[in-house]
Formats: sequence, C-alpha cells, structure tokens
Amino acid sequence: MTLFLLTLLNGLTLAGLYFLVASGFSLVFGLMRNINLAHGSLYLLGGYIGYSTFRATGSWELGVVVGTLSMAAAGVLLQYFIFRFMEGEELRQTLVTIALSIVAADLMLWYWGGTAYQFTTPDWIRGAVSLPFTPLRYPTYRLAILVAAVVVGIALWLFLNRTRIGMMVRAGVDDKDMLAASGVNVQLLFCVTFAIGAGLAGLAGVLGGSYLSLAPGEDMRFLLASLIVVIVGGMGSIVGAGIGAVLIGLTEQFGLAYAPAYAPVYTFLILVFVLAFRPQGIVGRPLQS
Amino acid sequence: MIHKPLATTAASALALAMTIGTTTAHADEPIRIGVLATLEGVFAASGQDGMRGFDMAVDRFDGEVAGREIQVYRASSDASPDSALSAARRLVENDEVDILIGPLSGSEGIAVKNYAHEQPQVTFLNGSSAAQETTLDNPAENFFRFSTEGVQWQAGLGTYVYEEKGYERVAILAEDYSFPYAQIMGFMTEFCDLGGTVAEKMFVPLETRDYSSVIARMPQDIDAIYTVMGGSDILNFLEQYQQMGGEAPLIGGSIAVDQTILSAEGPDRDYLIGTPTSGPLADDWDDPEFVAWQERYQEMFPDGLGSPGLFAHAYYVNTLAALTALEEVGGELGDGHEALRDALQNLELDTPTGVVQVDHNRQAIADIFITEVSSDGEGGLYNRVVGVVEGVNQTLGFPEEEFLANGFAARDNPPVEECQ
Repeated sequence: MTLFLLTLLNGLTLAGLYFLVASGFSLVFGLMRNINLAHGSLYLLGGYIGYSTFRATGSWELGVVVGTLSMAAAGVLLQYFIFRFMEGEELRQTLVTIALSIVAADLMLWYWGGTAYQFTTPDWIRGAVSLPFTPLRYPTYRLAILVAAVVVGIALWLFLNRTRIGMMVRAGVDDKDMLAASGVNVQLLFCVTFAIGAGLAGLAGVLGGSYLSLAPGEDMRFLLASLIVVIVGGMGSIVGAGIGAVLIGLTEQFGLAYAPAYAPVYTFLILVFVLAFRPQGIVGRPLQS
Repeated sequence: MIHKPLATTAASALALAMTIGTTTAHADEPIRIGVLATLEGVFAASGQDGMRGFDMAVDRFDGEVAGREIQVYRASSDASPDSALSAARRLVENDEVDILIGPLSGSEGIAVKNYAHEQPQVTFLNGSSAAQETTLDNPAENFFRFSTEGVQWQAGLGTYVYEEKGYERVAILAEDYSFPYAQIMGFMTEFCDLGGTVAEKMFVPLETRDYSSVIARMPQDIDAIYTVMGGSDILNFLEQYQQMGGEAPLIGGSIAVDQTILSAEGPDRDYLIGTPTSGPLADDWDDPEFVAWQERYQEMFPDGLGSPGLFAHAYYVNTLAALTALEEVGGELGDGHEALRDALQNLELDTPTGVVQVDHNRQAIADIFITEVSSDGEGGLYNRVVGVVEGVNQTLGFPEEEFLANGFAARDNPPVEECQ
C-alpha cells in the first residue's frame, strides 16, 4: 500500500514536470501549426541559464525567474527572425528546428561542458513533509512542482478562456486568415504565444534541473517526453497535455516500481494504442487541412 | 587537442606502408598514441579526470620517448559500447595510431577488447574500464590492462563492512551494465561467505534521473545500501534519497565515492561521511611516491579535483606502462609490436600505488585500498585509508578453475538467493 501510494505521488509529480514542458509545446503547435523540435533545447538552455544565475547570485528564485524570462525572450527571437519566414511550410520548419536543436546542443556542450549540474534548492522547499492521514513523508520539492504545474495549468486555461488575447489565440487556432482579416496583428499574437510556450520550457528546465540534474542529452529526453505527451493527449490542447502528462507520468513510475525490466516499453505501448485507435489524441480534434 | 597529421608524416607513413613487413618505424618519426575517454554523458567529469591522468604520464616523459616525439590523438565516447567502438575505429583506422589507450567504462572495455582482436597491428592498453570479462573471457593478445578491475577493486570490502562496520544485511542498488556486475561479485564473494545477507539486488538503467520509485521500493530491514553507481547517477540518487528522508548508511562501489563525486559541485555531500569503499587508490595514502604524484596533479591542474581520482589513476598507470615499455625497447616497436608486447608482459611497473605486474591474461595484479569517506575539516571530503589488501589478482586468490566454475559476473550471478 505504501509503495502504491508513493508511486502514485511520484507519477503525479513527474506528470507535473512533463505538463510544464509539454503545455508550452502544445500551445505553440495549436496556434501556429509549428512543430518546434527545438523545444527540448529551450528546456535545457533555460535550465543552464538558471543554473548560471543561481551560481552567480546564490538565489534559486532568481534562477527560476531568469531561466523563464530568458527563454521567453529566445522564443520571441526565434519567431521573429526565423519562423516568420516559413509560415505554413511544415517540412521546412521541422528541418530548421531539428538543425537548431543540434547546433544548440553543441554550443551548450561547448559552454557548459559535459558535467551534470544540480541546484541547491532553498530551505523552504527542501526536506520532506508528512502526508495527512498516512505515516508517510514525501519530498516537499516534488509536491511544489506538482503545485506549480496545477497553477500554471489553471493560469493557462484562464488566459485562453477568459482574456481577450486568449480569445484571439483560440480564434487563430480555428481560422488564422479570418482573424487577420478582422484586424488582429497576427504576428504579435504569434510572438506572445511563442514567448509563453518557450518561457514554460525554460521554467521547466530550472524546476526539473533542481531534482533531476542538468546534463547534455536532457534536451532530447524532454523533447521526446513532450512529443509523447501531446500525441497521446491531443495536439494543441492544454487539457490534452494535462491528461497525456498524467498518463505518461503514472505509466513510467508504476513501470519502474513494479516491473522495472520492461519500464521503457509501457510508454510506447500507450503511444501505439493511441495512434492505432485515436490518432488525433485523447481529446484532440482531427486536423483540418 | 587533435593534431592534424603533417603532410610529411603522411608521406612517410605512405612510404612505410609500401614497404610493410620489412621495415620498422624510424627513430625520428613521432609515435602515435590515441586516447579514448568519455567526455560526454553520465561519466563526463570522470572522463575529464582520465584525460588528466593520461596527460600526467606524457608530461612525465616530457612528450617524447626514446627520442621519438609522442603525438597524441584524442577521442570521446559517451559510456555506450557502440560510441566507444566508433571512437576506437576512428583512432585506429583514420588516425592510424600505434597504441590506443582507453576506454573508460566497463561495457566499453569489452567492445574495445573485441575490436582489438580485429586489429592485431595495434597495441591496446586499457583506460579505466573495469569489467571482468574484458581480460578473463576470450582475452585479446594485444589488449593489456595495467589497472585492476571491478571484482579486484572490492577485495576486502565485504570483510571490512561485516566485521568492522557490523553491517549484516544490505540491499544492492546498481547500474545495469558489466562493471557493477563485477563489483557486486567482488563484494558478495566475501560478504556472503562470512554470513552476510543481501535483501535485494536492484538494477537501474545507466543515466536514470528519477530514483523516487526505486527509493520507495527499498527494503526497510537493512543495515546499509550497497550502491554501485557513479557519475551523475549517484549524485541524483543521493539528492533524492535525502529528500525522501532516507537514513540508511551507504557502502560505496569504487566509483560511487571517488574524488569526481566528492569534489562535485552542488549540495553538501556530508551524508557520505563514514561511507566505506575500496578501490585502486586512497586519497591520504602517505607513501612518498603517491604524495609526490598527488602534488604534481594539483600543480598541473589547479582546476582539477582536490586529489587525483580513480580515473586519473587508471589512465596514468596504463599510459605509464605503455611509455615505460616503449622506452625499454628504445622506441622500436618490433615486427608486429612483438618487442613492445614482450616488454609489457614482463614489466614490473612502479606506480604511485606500488608495483604492478600483469598475469597471463595481461591483467594487472596490484594492491587494493579499503577506505572511508572523511571530512578534512575545511568542507572538503577525502577517502581515508583504513586497510590495504596486497597483490590482489583477478581470481581473488582462488585457483583459476575454481573461480571460473562460478561463471562470469552477470546481472544474476552471483545469485541473490544463495545469500539470504
């Protein structure tokens, strides 16, 4: 029972991290139909920049802020200088983002080296807390990530459903041309969306790096995780990213706990089933051409 | 840095190739040495330290041996056997090295040894890889290992923790590849013979980041956790184990608490104080040769670790063996490297940790140090020597047949059921 409960919590907290990375990925895709395969690089770069800030100032909180904002800025630059010129050309975007991720990985290896970095988290989220109604203690930090994910999820939902910009984004998902025709500056809207998506990747980089350590290769790992999460949940949907993240997080952790030898297989089994029976994802809508 | 071969060197190499079989290398030609370590991934910091050990040996010879300049070719792998193989191929087939030193990690070593079978014209010396099978199972005539391996490294540890620390029941947590298998065999051989029991063996893939579910599964009725992990894996595990309120003391595999871990940046490692381990060196060994070597390391690499780590040691010893043997044969490798290999086989190598010789499988016999992690009082940690086991061979002193009858170290060998 203890093992079950702990594994459940582990799965949910891992899902929180996956959600933070994947929701940004999904948001960008939903509006711009842009499959940003450099999303993992944004995760790792955000983490590294956060780490360097943390090292220089000693403040983990500042690291979180700088990691998030720097990636949001990077997102705007990417949109303005690169993706603006290849709107609607999916193959070209895919190739360009793969190239970007390879270049970024080598630049990061050159600057930060191959060693793994770990943050020292501040005292208020270090250690473990007792869980109510059980004799168990659980790391505060992992619960904090889960809380952060829930907060971000609710904020994103409110942003998309209750604000004027969110309304434009949703309109853009349905019909970009009509939105532009009604006088909305679509380019600005794209920049804002990309900034949010990339900023979330940067945030996840710092939060994830604080308990999983930052090292070369993490970029690809989280890109793959985001891809699986949004494919399972449904491309372009925040709710879908949430469902996908929970499903994949739980599967990974229960796999590791109960049948570790086959742990890597289960995630892909889910992917196979979803693609076979519901290719648009659990809550996704079929793509309109 | 990789030196591009000069045009003249290439031309003379070509001339040499055309008259192959009759000539040996000219004394004025550089000797080409390739070195392979993991500069990426989980063991990146370890690979960096291995390279330092290599550089120290070359530096000791002032960059030349028997009048021939040493030309160095470097390559990197990521701890996976296929990356080590392709790096070794590049060094042998493109850079045409005479001698290859490496690789760093266990399963990589097995891959490079198999490749050595295909390249009889090159002499291979190990880096720090320490899988058992590399030199015990189908050894290659041209692969020498002057460093000791995983089974040897744990000699004395099982006895020490059972008798001195009083640990009678342990859980084993290890990375899932050949080096930890070897270490577990070395540990369990003594520990189980004395009556110690193993509650469970748990394996995780190399480069596992999230240990929370493994920690949740950890048996509770144990005296200590024997962790055979290294690099960023053990750092992640430690951080998460402490966060989840874990309190069991640790017993370290040889690379779990070596200097690359004790000197790593990040949260405090004070939890490790008192952790016993054993391996090929001890940070506070007071032998004058060792102290001189340690000081030279600190002088050469101000940005390096507090004290040279296990990887620097292994690369240093193997490179030193190659260069010493080269000097003995006056820089003449001989027909098919025969002279060099004879010299290596018969070498009595003076190392910072005592005299090392190789056996009939070209595997080192050397001293093993039992250590405990201690604080130096200034925030630094080091491995304090608590015992030395002299002249440990690959079969731990058992007759070879008896030792081999138990099979090679593997995931389920020795079986945990025989130790409960």
